[in-house]
Amino acid sequence: MAAAVRSQVISLYRMMLTESKKFPSYNYRTYALRRVRDAFRANGALEDPRAVERLVVEGQQTLALIKRQVSIGRMYATQKSVVDD
Amino acid sequence: MYRVYFLIKRHELEIDELRPLYMDFQATTPMDPRVLDAMLPYQVNYYGNPHSKTHAFGWESESAMETARRQVADLIGADPREIIFTSGATESNNMAIKGVARFYKTKKRHVITTQTEHKCVLDSCRILASEGFSITYLPVQANGIVDLELLEASIRPDTSLLSVMTINNEIGVKQPMKEIGQICRSKGVFLHTDAAQAVGKIPINVTDMKVDLMSISGHKIYGPKGVGALYVRRRPRVRLEPLQSGGGQERGLRSGTVPTPLAVGLGAACSIAQQEMEYDHQRVSMLANRLVQKITSELPDVIMNGDAEQRYAGCVNLSFAYVEGESLLMALKDVALSSGSACTSASLEPSYVLRAIGTDEDLAHSSIRFGIGRFTTEAEVDYTAEKCITQVSRLREMSPLWEMVQEGIDLKSIKWTQH
Repeated sequence: MAAAVRSQVISLYRMMLTESKKFPSYNYRTYALRRVRDAFRANGALEDPRAVERLVVEGQQTLALIKRQVSIGRMYATQKSVVDD
Repeated sequence: MYRVYFLIKRHELEIDELRPLYMDFQATTPMDPRVLDAMLPYQVNYYGNPHSKTHAFGWESESAMETARRQVADLIGADPREIIFTSGATESNNMAIKGVARFYKTKKRHVITTQTEHKCVLDSCRILASEGFSITYLPVQANGIVDLELLEASIRPDTSLLSVMTINNEIGVKQPMKEIGQICRSKGVFLHTDAAQAVGKIPINVTDMKVDLMSISGHKIYGPKGVGALYVRRRPRVRLEPLQSGGGQERGLRSGTVPTPLAVGLGAACSIAQQEMEYDHQRVSMLANRLVQKITSELPDVIMNGDAEQRYAGCVNLSFAYVEGESLLMALKDVALSSGSACTSASLEPSYVLRAIGTDEDLAHSSIRFGIGRFTTEAEVDYTAEKCITQVSRLREMSPLWEMVQEGIDLKSIKWTQH
């Protein structure tokens, strides 16, 4: 993968994890963190630049979704779960 | 008739009280954030009626509804024209059973179903019986699966419909739908299946299963509550008498404005389920094994209800001998669980599904259903297992029956007397 694309993917990954940590709901938060990590891991070996670009675009859309849903979660926050630490 | 008192007292959570963790995924599921995100635009700005033909509000709403229809169809291998939006699986089941039976009533007066079906299926059949139809309620084997030979033998020349649920909501058992479909096709009987618990969790193809009607529920697959769908085969055509009359929407089979935000939610949920099916399946199976292993390695006399192989992993129904189910649920108050179907929990009668698989009366009262889903974590499973082990051990210590069993007394040999 070209160096520019690689750093773009890494920065997208970091931003998605940072935003996912902000979910107030324990279940949504753990799911988002886990799913983002597993998705990037699964596609780690991808070489085809077009496929990579497509996934990056999808990732950016998901990042925007996560931000929106985090805001909604905060607006309607409730008590924490018993397993939440 | 004696008054029955519920042990678990209903109360709202205090401000500082922590929320219980959710392990009741068969009752309902939380909405996936991606589903909510897809629905919101249609609740805020794109609020048009999808049947309005004369302006942009109508056109954009209709376009969203048709996209959702295609997403639902793709998940089950159907054509979009075969999908009818309804208010949920209960309505879909009612439509399918009453609709098909009534349409063909001049020549065919017999309907077959099983004893472990959802209450809405059984109740629809009861209504048909009062209309003069003859209904056969097939028994199931001890593992919860129907006997295929018995099923084939009960089909008569005047049978119009056979209804069998794909995955049972109480014990998680998976019926052999391909074989049942083969039998129905060969005998010219329509096959309906309540696939509410199966869609989006196991691969479903209506052509492979030779299914003619299928009920789908939104809130079992991380979609919104209040929406579902009915798949109605077009080739060979299945005719049904509509339950709801009106403006002729949904091919005349279900009149009424299609709720675009809900339909969009259902479509998004189906599309996400298709993408995530493999990932979710692996995770849910791993978590279910973890739960069962932890519990059975520390506690003796725990029985899993339903076949061990032919099942959906995420629905685990366990009976804890010598412990009363309601007491255990009360002791596990930090975990949201159920002892059987939400539809039947209004009475203190043990579940009819457990009775149908031949569970002993006292074991049926001691059963708990653990539901695992997309959002369940290892920490939640471990917490549940540990609490379960502690509480079951504690309740057994207090139980005189358990004491007697430990001393080697055979409980079945005791003659209980009145005082």
